[in-house]
Amino acid sequence: MEFIKFRNVDKTYKNGVNAIYNMNLDIKKGEFVFVIGASGSGKSTLIKMLYREEKPTSGEIYVGGVNVAKVKNSKVYKLRRKIGIVFQDYKLLPKLTVYENVAFALEIYGLPTEEVKRKVLKALDLVGLKARSKSYPDQLSGGEQQRVAIARAIVNSPKLLICDEPTGNLDPDTSLEVMKVIEKINDLGTTIVMATHDREMVDKMKKRVVLLDNGKLIKDYEKGSYSNYEGV
Amino acid sequence: MKAFRIFGRNIRDGFKSVGRNLSLSLASISCITITLLIVAIALIVSYNVESVTKRVKQDFTVVAFINTKATKDQVNELKNEIQNYNNIESITYQSKKEIADEMKDTSSDLSKIIDSWSDETNPLYDTFLIKVKNTENISKTAKQISDLQMITDVKYGQGMVESLLSIFKGVEKAMIIAMLALVLVALFLITNTIKITIFSRKREIEIMRLVGASNFSIKQPFVIEGLCLGFLGSLIPIIITIYGYSAIYNHFSGQLFSPFFKLVSAEPFVYVVALILMGLGIIVGMIGSYKAVRKYLKI
Repeated sequence: MEFIKFRNVDKTYKNGVNAIYNMNLDIKKGEFVFVIGASGSGKSTLIKMLYREEKPTSGEIYVGGVNVAKVKNSKVYKLRRKIGIVFQDYKLLPKLTVYENVAFALEIYGLPTEEVKRKVLKALDLVGLKARSKSYPDQLSGGEQQRVAIARAIVNSPKLLICDEPTGNLDPDTSLEVMKVIEKINDLGTTIVMATHDREMVDKMKKRVVLLDNGKLIKDYEKGSYSNYEGV
Repeated sequence: MKAFRIFGRNIRDGFKSVGRNLSLSLASISCITITLLIVAIALIVSYNVESVTKRVKQDFTVVAFINTKATKDQVNELKNEIQNYNNIESITYQSKKEIADEMKDTSSDLSKIIDSWSDETNPLYDTFLIKVKNTENISKTAKQISDLQMITDVKYGQGMVESLLSIFKGVEKAMIIAMLALVLVALFLITNTIKITIFSRKREIEIMRLVGASNFSIKQPFVIEGLCLGFLGSLIPIIITIYGYSAIYNHFSGQLFSPFFKLVSAEPFVYVVALILMGLGIIVGMIGSYKAVRKYLKI
């Protein structure tokens, strides 16, 4: 069962830059996929189209049966509620505590306070930060902040977790720690699509890898077949 | 239930973020305070000027002198006829005897002379004192009355009235323009400062969108925050208006320099101004934040 389908997707930005050429890609439910490539290869565009920050110029993108390209701006929030997103710069609100940052993603749905509390604590527990729930983001290390962002992304139990260079600002050890958390989430059945520069880590993780270059999908490595030493 | 819960949380968040972004909130609040103070002063001044001109206009009277040969029936007929003109507010008949009596009170020398008059030798005329509804048309109405057969003459302060009227008209126009300009400037200033406070929270809006907040639920707490800012900003101008104006009114015992410039009495005037200020603050605060947030939403 394909959970994500790209069909002949092209993306040209308004300023004329071509970001994606004729892309076809299938991702199954529960898969863990790395999207790698040099800067400007179209990784970010691909990720942005998944959560409908950008619209493809032509072609179709299905996420869980919904044609994302056809979602109206005013209805984007409905899609976003079904997916979790993690960014390189965490995107936490500095004036909210860890707990509030995570609860924020649930309160907008109007869940009862008790349920919010239960889910937030569960998510914080999963990323190992339950004890820091009263801290503010700037009192945490980078790795911890990213784990809070992950907790926020998964608190609503999304089917898909999208990560845009989640370890880009972190040192190798912390990156691994964060990756372990994401892998744990994957084990619980969430599909994961992650754009990254960190080839070493990709190498270690032994997952499916999609290689982009100049907006084209040039290689799709099956799970475990990617090796950093192939010279690409 | 769900909608109420979201609404409740948005109110909570709106109030919370006033406190959490205290320095920026204070900037907005003080800007609102200052502009509303200026608006308050303008409101008070213009309303007072308006009330002075209104009172002066009310004093404009057309005096119509009735032909001495007119009989009582003719006078009554005349009165009815004038009353039916459409610009007539009121008409009172004053006999020459009443006028003579009034004049007697003004000086003792005069009263001696007047005492010597009998009904026949009284040189005065019976008159109508006429107030008009619209002072702009006072000369037209006066002309209409003077054309009547049994009216010998009409006086209404020709020349003086016209120039006073044109001065009042000019003052009124200037006041309206100044008020409008002030309100516009206030709107602009307040919306801009609120915009700045919200622009600094662009990230917050971005994150709200990313975690799946609908446009409506993003706007709501900001609009509530704008309401809070507007309300808080209007408090000081309201207090100054209520206590300041009352103090000025009492200090000058209700008039400036001469009885001609009578001040509008403090109550309920100050409360009306206070309400206007609060309403203005709240509405402008809400509009300002609404407009600012909209900028960051893809709609």
